[in-house]
Amino acid sequence: MFHRESGVFKTSYAADMALYPLPIAKWTVAVLALLFVVIIPLTVHEYYLSILNLIFIAIVGALGLNILVGYTGQISLGHGAFMSVGAYTAANLAVKLGLPFWLTLPAGGLMAAAIGVVVGMPSLRIKGLYLAIATLAGQLIIEWTINRVPAISGGASASIQVDRPSLFGFSFNTQGSLYFFLLFFAVLAIVATLNLVRSRIGRAFIAVRDQDIAAEIIGIDIYRYKLLAFAISSFYAGVCGVLYTYYFGIANYEQFQLIVSIDYLAIIIIGGLGSVLGSIFGAVFVTLLPIVLRIVMENVGSLFFTTSEVANVISGLKLAVFGALIIFFLIVEPEGLNRLWRNIRSYFRVWPFSY
Amino acid sequence: MTRFGKTWLGMAGATAVLAIGSGGAFAQQKELVFGFQCDRTGPTANVGVNLCPGYHDYVNLTNSKGGVEGFKIRVIEVDNEYKVPPAMEAHERFKKEGAVLEGLYGTPQTAALNKKLEEDKILGTSPGFGTSNASDGKRFPYTFPIAASYWSQGGAALQFAKEKMGTLKGKKIAYLFYDNPAGKEPLAIFEDIAKTEGFELRTFAVPAPGLEMGAQVLDITGRFKPDFVITHLFGRAPSVSIKELKGKGFPLSKVVAFVWGSSEADIIAAGGMAIAEGYNTIQFAGVGKDFPVLKEIEAMYKAQGKTPPKEMDSTVFYNRGVFNAAIHVEAVRNAIRAKGGAAPTSEEVKKGMEAIKGFTLGGLVPPMQLSAEDHEGGGWVQIWTVKGGKLVKAKDWFQGYRPVILKHLAADASKS
Repeated sequence: MFHRESGVFKTSYAADMALYPLPIAKWTVAVLALLFVVIIPLTVHEYYLSILNLIFIAIVGALGLNILVGYTGQISLGHGAFMSVGAYTAANLAVKLGLPFWLTLPAGGLMAAAIGVVVGMPSLRIKGLYLAIATLAGQLIIEWTINRVPAISGGASASIQVDRPSLFGFSFNTQGSLYFFLLFFAVLAIVATLNLVRSRIGRAFIAVRDQDIAAEIIGIDIYRYKLLAFAISSFYAGVCGVLYTYYFGIANYEQFQLIVSIDYLAIIIIGGLGSVLGSIFGAVFVTLLPIVLRIVMENVGSLFFTTSEVANVISGLKLAVFGALIIFFLIVEPEGLNRLWRNIRSYFRVWPFSY
Repeated sequence: MTRFGKTWLGMAGATAVLAIGSGGAFAQQKELVFGFQCDRTGPTANVGVNLCPGYHDYVNLTNSKGGVEGFKIRVIEVDNEYKVPPAMEAHERFKKEGAVLEGLYGTPQTAALNKKLEEDKILGTSPGFGTSNASDGKRFPYTFPIAASYWSQGGAALQFAKEKMGTLKGKKIAYLFYDNPAGKEPLAIFEDIAKTEGFELRTFAVPAPGLEMGAQVLDITGRFKPDFVITHLFGRAPSVSIKELKGKGFPLSKVVAFVWGSSEADIIAAGGMAIAEGYNTIQFAGVGKDFPVLKEIEAMYKAQGKTPPKEMDSTVFYNRGVFNAAIHVEAVRNAIRAKGGAAPTSEEVKKGMEAIKGFTLGGLVPPMQLSAEDHEGGGWVQIWTVKGGKLVKAKDWFQGYRPVILKHLAADASKS
């Protein structure tokens, strides 16, 4: 990630596709692991861990959407609804059957994948804006169903309380312990996606994205791969929903409304379509930026004004700056933060001997 | 120069100061931290922009009078944009800064924080938000609705209808509601009371965002022809309902709205006070400017050489902000007194909150009594009616069908 070669020396496809392009990459991963598993949880205040926790959950959701939108070129406005499918599946299993998280979590993902395949069916006939509207319908139908069917929603208030996840009698009930819980699944999602996109399936997704007719001609079953993309993407969304459920201790469909689907689209567009690192960048950026902006504004504003005066302008100003920054970054690099990062890296690849 | 302009100028100046490395070390003083979540930019911004300044103004007023029992209050406000993840972040921030209590904002946000509040032993208040069963202090020890829940509002609406018509027996009552969990919540109460009182209830759901309800209103006025209409809508939907009902010729004096359809802004957006003559609203805090505390806030602004903020004119929401802050301050006051003047912990503030009784703030706060069991304080409401271009009190603080509400709370508790 941070290391670089001084040129392009790869001579085989295998070398180009390797997870560790250089021997030193293993060290980078080891250092990152040390940082996230040991140093950060030991040194950082719980508050910052709570922010990281939100980022971890967002990464899982963003990776899922990026597989569908970035890698396969299909669009979905139903990501939030798939999260709610996962959330309610897990909550119902956990409360009614008393199942532990390591069963409810994959179950939530699988249920979301099944629903995702159904919602993704129109993708076989339509593309682009039309597909966006078809998946939007999926979002609204799922919301309506959960709201109206007490067997799913658990009653009029449509929220089901779940206990904290526990493993061998250890309960993940603080931000510190939830940090490890969520970190594990975030890392799992990252590694799984990295491997998925360099496998046969991943290459098929990219072929479908780039030109689906050409992909069909070279022997890719687009029927199968489009639906597979929806299934995998929805699986991630379902898992993301389950993680939200355990993190908040409640499944509530109002957490997963249309605005959430749009937020996740924004995450992957800002981060970079069709890249794993981009999904991570996007999740970090979108979660962190409002918080950083607010803290900066509070500290600056409170030097001159009273708290209430600052509060009056901060919300609007924060939103305006947030929007402006997104526009700024997308103008600087339309392919997202990931491309920006790659540009920086390739600049340094030959530095200081450019040309 | 406007306050907004000044702030902008200040921001620019402050950036310059920060650039040369001013950290801003503040002198340590006797201080308590309140966390306050708000929504000034999300889907319920119409509420937040007027409610949240009320909260700050009451705290400033308390501070200007020397604080609460000698403690100054510092408020940390976080705009959660009516989204759930930022609400969690806000809670952790409050906790880090050592907040003794926090104000929640939004029903899904309250639901998502219930468990965390209990784990961290920091109380959160959610007046007008959250689920009705949160009134039960034994099940949700750190969640305090402190205002009439939707169940209590439902009971109150029927009580009011009964008094207006003399009896509910054989009457037809229409319930026009926003099709979300909050909208459906009072249905259980209505159905229960419909059986005992013997009236016919029919429900009319309005899908989100509730800007189109011509069909439902036509169904109500043209087919069902009810004797009374109860509305429970959010956002822009209440003003649409007023306009539609008025447009179809239904007398607004036979309509009563729940607390989020009852502000001046809703009525004005429907075409002004003049067209809404007779419209009835349920309120959990006093309405209008005729309260000593509001006069004091105005005086505070004048003493500082400023004009009182225009948000004060939106009295329904602004007063709810004042109400929320006043309860917070009172809880802390109780806790400090119980501890003989020392800074209370968040658990002691919870006990202070549960000791609130007979605190009415000149009529702005209902005569509620909180306890370890009842975090709703009795579910008191007032009815205010549009009369002659303004909201006029039509019915003083009352509890509607309290036994029914308590029965449902008990039933709900035994289910879980």
